[in-house]
Amino acid sequence: MLRSIFLIMCCVFSFQALAIVNGHEYPFKQGTDIENQNRAQLFRKLAEELRCPKCQNQNLADSNAMIASDLRRELYQQVKDGKQGNEIVEFMVNRYGEFVLYKPKMNARTFALWYGPLFLLGMAGIVFAFVVFKRRKQNTEAVGDEDFDTAESLRIEELLKGSDEGSKGSQSESEDK
Amino acid sequence: MKRWALFIPFGIFIMLGFFLYRGLFLDPRDIPSALVDKEFPEFNLPTLVSNQAKSVNDIKGQAHLVNVWGTWCISCRVEHPFLVELAQKGVSIVGINYKDDNTAALKWLDDLGNPYIFSVDDENGTLSMDLGVTGAPETFFVDASGIIRHKHQGPITVDNWPELKKIWVNLSATAGN
Repeated sequence: MLRSIFLIMCCVFSFQALAIVNGHEYPFKQGTDIENQNRAQLFRKLAEELRCPKCQNQNLADSNAMIASDLRRELYQQVKDGKQGNEIVEFMVNRYGEFVLYKPKMNARTFALWYGPLFLLGMAGIVFAFVVFKRRKQNTEAVGDEDFDTAESLRIEELLKGSDEGSKGSQSESEDK
Repeated sequence: MKRWALFIPFGIFIMLGFFLYRGLFLDPRDIPSALVDKEFPEFNLPTLVSNQAKSVNDIKGQAHLVNVWGTWCISCRVEHPFLVELAQKGVSIVGINYKDDNTAALKWLDDLGNPYIFSVDDENGTLSMDLGVTGAPETFFVDASGIIRHKHQGPITVDNWPELKKIWVNLSATAGN
């Protein structure tokens, strides 16, 4: 049991394989240790967040297209030169448009993209609450009806008793045969 | 449950159908260029044939098609005869030889004809990166003041020229030539 839970967790928290971006090809060596670490981190982050403009669904880190390797080189150079993340993103957007952002900027055009899912979830919540509320109301109403109609419930009991006897009778009949 | 509620799934289906139907006619490779209505980027590159330095000022004063090409690019081979034809009809075309081998490029122009007023040798792809080029062929419609008015991805052919010609005629008319 524990083992299977562990395996499921492994699946859920699996990481994307990034074969192309690695420290050997894109080393950061010229600054202090912390600087280099930060730059390597920024490089990896941007290579994953920027989309290859030629490909449909690959980021720069993942793609083998010529343009992707050119842009990786450019990105590497700019990170090495100590440029900030937003400057580099700006550089890419100015040339290739917002298409290259896997994490689109927040503005009027992308508002629905960012908050649409939240809105839909909210709507679903409201519908769900509405349905639950209605069901509960129906149930209480039904219970109330039974309580009030004592005459009818007595009649039902009578009928049930009658049918019990009837079924016993039929059973014994079938045993006879 | 009220009767109209039974139509909700049908409504959802119609909406989904509408979006999927629209999706059939969208081309995911058709990325809007970030450079339309912006100035043609600065460059300083030698020409392919005579090794003269050219800058952005050399394409101002008259409307041009700026065509990105390379001998490694198969679609460019398909496009080339039509460009020669256009040049003979008086369309002024400037070439950007994108990440190419110079001898191969010169041989190409010798064998197939040279439709370009001049081609700059963008060996490292720096100008092409500033232009947001993702592959060849790509053609920019640049007006007389050096502003990019349209970008066409893929080859210009007999089939798509009638549409593109309208843009070109507009450009060259406003330039007064």
